[in-house]
Amino acid sequence: MSALSERPANPVVGETVPHESAALHVTGRALYTDDLVARTRDLLHGYPVQAPHAHARVTRLDTAPALAVPGVVRVLTAEDVPGVNDAGIKHDEPLFPSEVMYFGHAVCWVLGETLEAARLGALAVEVDYEPLPSVVTVREAIEAGSFQGAQPTMERGDVEAGLARAEHVFSGEFEFAGQEHFYLETHASIAQVDENGQVFVQSSTQHPTETQDIVAHVLGLHAHEVTVQCLRMGGGFGGKEMQPHGYAAVAALGATLTGRPVRVRLNRTQDITMTGKRHGFHATWRVGFDAEGRLQALDATLTSDGGWSLDLSEPVLARALCHIDNAYWIPDVRVNGRISKTNKTSQTAFRGFGGPQGMLVLEDILGRCAPLLGIDPADLRRRNFYTEGQATPYGQPVRHPDRAVAAWDQVVQTGDVDSRRREIAAFNAAHQHTKRALAITPVKFGISFNLTAFNQAGALVHVYKDGSVLINHGGTEMGQGLHTKMLQVAATTLGVPLHFVRLAPTRTDKVPNTSATAASSGADLNGGAVKNACEQIRERLAQVAGGRLGVPPADVRFEGGRVRGLAHDTDEIRWADLVTQAYFQRVQLWAAGFYRTEGLHWDSTVFRGEPFKYFAYGVAAAEVEVDGFTGAYRTRRVDIVHDVGDSLSPLVDLGQIEGGFVQGAGWLTLEDLRWDESDRPTRGRLATQAASTYKLPSFSEMPEEFNVALLEKAHEEGAVYGSKAVGEPPLMLAFSVREALRQAAAAFGPPGTSVDLASPATPEAVFWAVEQARARAAEHGHVAEGFPGMVPPQPNGDVPRYHPRSERPPAEQHALSAEV
Amino acid sequence: MTRISVRVDGVDYTDEVEPRTLLVHYLREQLGKTGTVVGCDTSNCGACTVHLDGRSVKSCNVLAVQADGHEVTTIEGLATGGELHPVPQAFHECHALQCGYCTPGMIMQAVDVLRENPDPSEEEIRLGLEGNLCRCTGYHNIVRAVRQAAGAREGAQA
Ligand code: FES
Ligand code: FES
Repeated sequence: MSALSERPANPVVGETVPHESAALHVTGRALYTDDLVARTRDLLHGYPVQAPHAHARVTRLDTAPALAVPGVVRVLTAEDVPGVNDAGIKHDEPLFPSEVMYFGHAVCWVLGETLEAARLGALAVEVDYEPLPSVVTVREAIEAGSFQGAQPTMERGDVEAGLARAEHVFSGEFEFAGQEHFYLETHASIAQVDENGQVFVQSSTQHPTETQDIVAHVLGLHAHEVTVQCLRMGGGFGGKEMQPHGYAAVAALGATLTGRPVRVRLNRTQDITMTGKRHGFHATWRVGFDAEGRLQALDATLTSDGGWSLDLSEPVLARALCHIDNAYWIPDVRVNGRISKTNKTSQTAFRGFGGPQGMLVLEDILGRCAPLLGIDPADLRRRNFYTEGQATPYGQPVRHPDRAVAAWDQVVQTGDVDSRRREIAAFNAAHQHTKRALAITPVKFGISFNLTAFNQAGALVHVYKDGSVLINHGGTEMGQGLHTKMLQVAATTLGVPLHFVRLAPTRTDKVPNTSATAASSGADLNGGAVKNACEQIRERLAQVAGGRLGVPPADVRFEGGRVRGLAHDTDEIRWADLVTQAYFQRVQLWAAGFYRTEGLHWDSTVFRGEPFKYFAYGVAAAEVEVDGFTGAYRTRRVDIVHDVGDSLSPLVDLGQIEGGFVQGAGWLTLEDLRWDESDRPTRGRLATQAASTYKLPSFSEMPEEFNVALLEKAHEEGAVYGSKAVGEPPLMLAFSVREALRQAAAAFGPPGTSVDLASPATPEAVFWAVEQARARAAEHGHVAEGFPGMVPPQPNGDVPRYHPRSERPPAEQHALSAEV
Repeated sequence: MTRISVRVDGVDYTDEVEPRTLLVHYLREQLGKTGTVVGCDTSNCGACTVHLDGRSVKSCNVLAVQADGHEVTTIEGLATGGELHPVPQAFHECHALQCGYCTPGMIMQAVDVLRENPDPSEEEIRLGLEGNLCRCTGYHNIVRAVRQAAGAREGAQA
């Protein structure tokens, strides 16, 4: 067992504890950023002027009429920006644009004494636009050649040879929708200028350091002149990784210009029409199977719908490529990726970060091809699992492939899958207008940021003279329970009861240069850093205790707030007494901790390396029932076994699995983003811009029976106290629901029917799948059969491969930072 | 401006409000009751749920003037005498929250559901809370918490 993963006796990690802020949440005392408004004097409110065109040039902007509105204090425009007029890191996201890039793009911001004054002021601003041709859908973008960013290729073996030797070759196309985050708390920032020009921004952000960087470059300040704090978020899901920066910068700009605190809080309509979402994708593919249904080759080109700016689209695409294999061994692979540039919101991180999209492509292929191969979909999936010694297409050995098998077997057994499948067959035989199906799908998800440099974290731990402990780390809390886990890690390492430890909000002046709380890596990275800081303090205290107990420091044990020697008959010292004594001996009682994930390497120019510390596994079985008249369906039962390593906090982890699954099911079955694709003046407008038209999972879509278990014997050597990350992987367990719907729809046709199911598989989409099954019977227009098939488009050689700044030589990096 | 008199969480207030002011904005901005939050603005999510004369309402869908002469209870007024009410207690214990943003509204709605039906089935709980959205938990633990709270209340009454 590694020092990082080994647990001491009676650890606080692994205990079932409630969320660290639960007591505040259930009494309404937990503070979110916008709750500070009531506590801030002389606050101004910001309101955007949103453009009513998908693509247009701003030919005139007259702010004078707004200034005449009572209560309007100032209008912020591009001329006001002292630094760089850009809200991103790629210099393609002007904060105050002269060219409108999507419907609802904010061209300027009005500051008012009240929100209402600012709103009326925004209505009064006069803007003239010269409309320009727009690209709204990913298909339009492909046709127009409208792409942005690098176009990577992931390749192993010889895909043509693989397809040529395959017994069965199929090819097809697949397009699927993105997803709105709909975190319940919309974007919010409050900025103020402290003494001496120090800017203080409170922001609902998953990435305080980057918010700080962007506020600084917009204001033309250095990072040390800007502090960003995130109290907590009312949900993030990736939507607050890149997106908060611009709003924070607007607030900060307003605060520096007016000398008053400025609040920018988006209402729901603004939030949903202005901020980026999960990328929808388009895929063209060819796949080859041998006579037994073993995957031989995969040739695919994925095109993501990037929206108007690059944002995080490149790393999202990289993760999609790295996850297209899901849990399956494919000898010969070629996958191309490209990012379309469309006149839509800038699509961004969303739980899974491209991984779900990559995996969905292959799961869809398996779901469509299984009937054509005459193999049960569950068998087809199971027989293609990775086995020990195999590597992913990008060259990373797949460690612990047996865990996918163990999870699968456990789901089959505890979920009574075999007997239920017999019941379902009997039910379907007896019912003409209602069909049931059960599908079982695996997840293998790589943990770590693809980009090696991001896999570092810091923490600051203080032990006060009275023995109480305060910790601070670089991660942010958005409900995922990171802070709860960090408190447990600190209590475990210091050997004190949980209530000795408190946690202070995330701030850039406490822990600098943090990575986003993203990629599920929050607990791995920050946990490593908290543990490191606590160990430094514990080692110093062990010296003091050793002297007092007369034992070597290495033999001192910390447990439950008591300190003693290894032999049980030694004296005991109370933790608080030891701390006080150490203080008088002038021992440093605080420490800064640091952690970096070892053993990672990644070269995105050739798409090879070992970017992930480990893989998290899970398996889900879902049973659905579909009504043949309407396509309406219900989820009768879901069984999940998921691998979280040795759980740091079981209650938190189970909650993440349940919530992730439901969110994934929302993406795949309910949540239908509709953009106006017509030629009307409203072209490009998001039509589903409220919870009234954008259907989120609610109580009524809950599985009627929902069983979630953690995989046992799942210790992970390479992570803090043997745990595994849990934030993202469970989302992809929801593939089981989609595949069950496909199978239930197919059950309306003759045996061996393959159906093409749209995503999201709304009741309407399921209805059309049922119709397809009934009408087309054994004919499958949506999949072409035979070699060479429809060859996916290949890059023409003149586009750059992904080459992020952090992987360039240091000299070049330096030149780049000097530019800023 | 219109003058209203409201009793909120046991305290009497008389205030000037604009006729267009929503109850939730009055609570948050004028009274500083930030325990009640706004999620959707369109009366879909229930995050803003409070009680008006003991019945749950979505306070983004009620004008402050409509509360004139009435009694409002928010999440902050639910605790009595320093003791946690059984519903918040159960939410706490069952991990029925993650980001917590839906929690106050969810609790206020659950209290109303239990007032009408002290011993609801799982199905009845789902139906009763249907108008409240949670983006984090997947709802499973929320249903569990409401069942636990129902049990606790029954236990206390027996
Ligand atoms: S804010 Fe009132 S229901 Fe959503
Ligand atoms: S806990 Fe986040 S919305 Fe319910």
